[in-house]
Amino acid sequence: MKRVPTSVAIAGTVAVALIATALLAPWVAPADPTDIASYNLIDSELPPSFVVGGEARYFLGTDNQGRDLLSAILYGARVSILIGGGAVALAALLGVTLGLVAGYFGGWLDAAIMRVGDVILSLPTILLALLVSGLARALIPDAASASWAPFILIGAIAIHEWVQYARTVRAATMVEVQREYVRAAKVIGLPPLRILGRHILPNVMSSVLVIATINLAGAILTEATLSFLGVGMPPTYPSLGTLIRIGNEFVFSGIWWIAFFPALTLVIGVLAVNIVGDWLRDRFNPKLRSLA
Amino acid sequence: MTIFRTLLAIGVAAGVSAASAAQAQTLRWSSQGDIATMDPYAHTESFTSNMHHHIYDPLVRRDRNMQIEPALATSWRVVAPDRWRFSLRRDVKFHDGSPFTADDVVASIARLLDPTARARGNLANVTAAEKVDDFTVDFVLRGPYPLLLNDLSGIFIMSRSWMARNDALKPGNITTGTTTYASTNANGTGPFKLETYQPDSRTVMVVNDAWWDKPQHNLKRIEFRPIRSDATRVAALLSGELDMIAPAPLQDLARIGQAAGFKVVEEPSLRLIFLGMNWRPELIAEPGKKNPLLDLRVRQALWHAVDLDTIQRRIMRGKSRTVGSLVAPPVPGYSADLDKPLAFDPDRAKALLTAAGYPNGFKVGLACPNDRYIADEQTCVAIAAMWTRIGVQVDLKIESRTTYFPRVDRGETDMYMLGWATLPPMDTYSVLSAIFASRRGTFGGNNPNGMAVPRLDALADAAGTELDETKRRAMLAESLKIARDEALFIPIHQQPVAWAMRNSLEVPVFADEYVRLWFANLK
Repeated sequence: MKRVPTSVAIAGTVAVALIATALLAPWVAPADPTDIASYNLIDSELPPSFVVGGEARYFLGTDNQGRDLLSAILYGARVSILIGGGAVALAALLGVTLGLVAGYFGGWLDAAIMRVGDVILSLPTILLALLVSGLARALIPDAASASWAPFILIGAIAIHEWVQYARTVRAATMVEVQREYVRAAKVIGLPPLRILGRHILPNVMSSVLVIATINLAGAILTEATLSFLGVGMPPTYPSLGTLIRIGNEFVFSGIWWIAFFPALTLVIGVLAVNIVGDWLRDRFNPKLRSLA
Repeated sequence: MTIFRTLLAIGVAAGVSAASAAQAQTLRWSSQGDIATMDPYAHTESFTSNMHHHIYDPLVRRDRNMQIEPALATSWRVVAPDRWRFSLRRDVKFHDGSPFTADDVVASIARLLDPTARARGNLANVTAAEKVDDFTVDFVLRGPYPLLLNDLSGIFIMSRSWMARNDALKPGNITTGTTTYASTNANGTGPFKLETYQPDSRTVMVVNDAWWDKPQHNLKRIEFRPIRSDATRVAALLSGELDMIAPAPLQDLARIGQAAGFKVVEEPSLRLIFLGMNWRPELIAEPGKKNPLLDLRVRQALWHAVDLDTIQRRIMRGKSRTVGSLVAPPVPGYSADLDKPLAFDPDRAKALLTAAGYPNGFKVGLACPNDRYIADEQTCVAIAAMWTRIGVQVDLKIESRTTYFPRVDRGETDMYMLGWATLPPMDTYSVLSAIFASRRGTFGGNNPNGMAVPRLDALADAAGTELDETKRRAMLAESLKIARDEALFIPIHQQPVAWAMRNSLEVPVFADEYVRLWFANLK
């Protein structure tokens, strides 16, 4: 096996560290920014501790409500990763299932699924996500809308992303269906569900995992964009995008840290995941592998 | 070659100067949000009225000193205690060229008095307008009424023939969602004509050269774009994309003031920001349980729990004034004695909650707009945090004004933020009749959650027909005292008017926050 390039090793370490810290936020963060009672307006807009005027209590400073920014970022990254991960999982589940069905059965079912996918792909991700979240907000009663926000976001992002999985899995399935082991399985009379689940699925999974890694970064960015536009997570339960949106209101007044640190976290996280994803894609691409 | 160059230079110079001349007379400005509708009678939002005022004229209007002066009416007299006679201006034309007559006033007032009109309460004491001749109209009142002119300064006159032609004789209503042709189109007699209205995107007006009055502005065209994000709005101003922003975000005033070529103008506003409450048997946040807000001690506890001074210092950056009453000092009926908030005292608040039987607090909704008042969202998040600290669970809901105000109007909120500048009458009676009085007839238009205090209803009736100014003011002061003693509302602050504009632009600032571009001059 070839050695892992240094850049990928670094990116992988950063990604794993960031995801781990974010997921463990309730245990590692100095304060709980979702506990609205901990907001202290007197401490609002304090600069980071390493800047003149900063206080040691708040390493990255505080936001406009007096929240500890470091904690807000850790919790925010957690929300972003959970929503991004949720969206990828949902998209993969949906895409793999539909891709298997389309590739295995073919005919009008295949055509229907793929044309729906084509239509969805013709719409920009953000536009579709805005549409879905707008629709969901209109349908869900107000009292529950805040707690529904993460699920709406997951659905809004996944509805665009599943097509990629479906296309890849369908193509792979069409190849596998012609293989002898599948024919053999058919001959001995196994039901389609068993053939798809036990025989074909394991053979198409590697490409799905690669797409999922690359999509994770995209999904996190989409969530951040939606929250930045104000249709994502509420300010009392912020994701990185919400934090950047709040901070953006203050960039002109010299209070740069509220937007800067969440944005920096987002950039580093997305970059790291993307580098790992790219490397995985290259490794699992048989054409590139044979060239190397 | 030389000749060609010279011609080119002349051509370019001419082109540039023509472009800059046209540019100089186009005013591009932005606010936090868009108007609610083009229909003058479908809403009670002062910013929307403000924009309409450029297109429509009222019978009387406010001059540069906020005093009432003739507009479409030239003179008036009281012919009986309940009947006022107005002489109308002759030779006035609507934007579509049709002449303005008494028929237009009668049709407009009939449209406003329609029970389905959202702005019905703005002319609560008028029962009808009757035509005497083509240029004379009688207003029939419920009884003697001291504030008719104040009210009329906010009532815009529409064209009867235009409404009839476009099936818009009945009013729209933003609360019920009723729309008519007039909701997106306009035909007034005002200084500007509506060219385009794209909701939430762009409103363009061009000068009305046939205006009846001598223009005091030098504008040819007004382009309005709502920009919700504070930072984007400031960036658009500083980059030269806009000539004016109103309001200017408080956190950026210092920076805009230092930027070359721009200035900030500030003035205390008449607008007071406060929280209203739900008075129904159950709260929306906790169905099936008795509404805790019905207990005075609970209302006082919520008030004691709000640290108004810190909000003033941190969120409003010292630019607002902390208040304890619901009207600003210049408004008739104001009393300095009442203008004291309950002290910030979380321990007292907790003790009051315990005494009321809620030692562990309760759950309540708090609804706020994020694009209507200065730092509205921040203020609400801060208040939610303060209440959480005394054990009250807050279900915070923040949304854009376009969905927020209809929701409040429908009574779908527990605690909600409201700003009131006592407009159009600029009198405490506006608070008494629209907010304090319970919903009956034209009263209580902004009392959506069933608050009913018999004494306030009686005061609303009495003050509406009291012509003795001393007695009338005593009644207004009494109503404000009841509101404070009973903690019917939680007043927060009087917000500042802060606008930012190019140095080359002159626009007078008014305490009612109205952007009166018919006084604007661009150099």
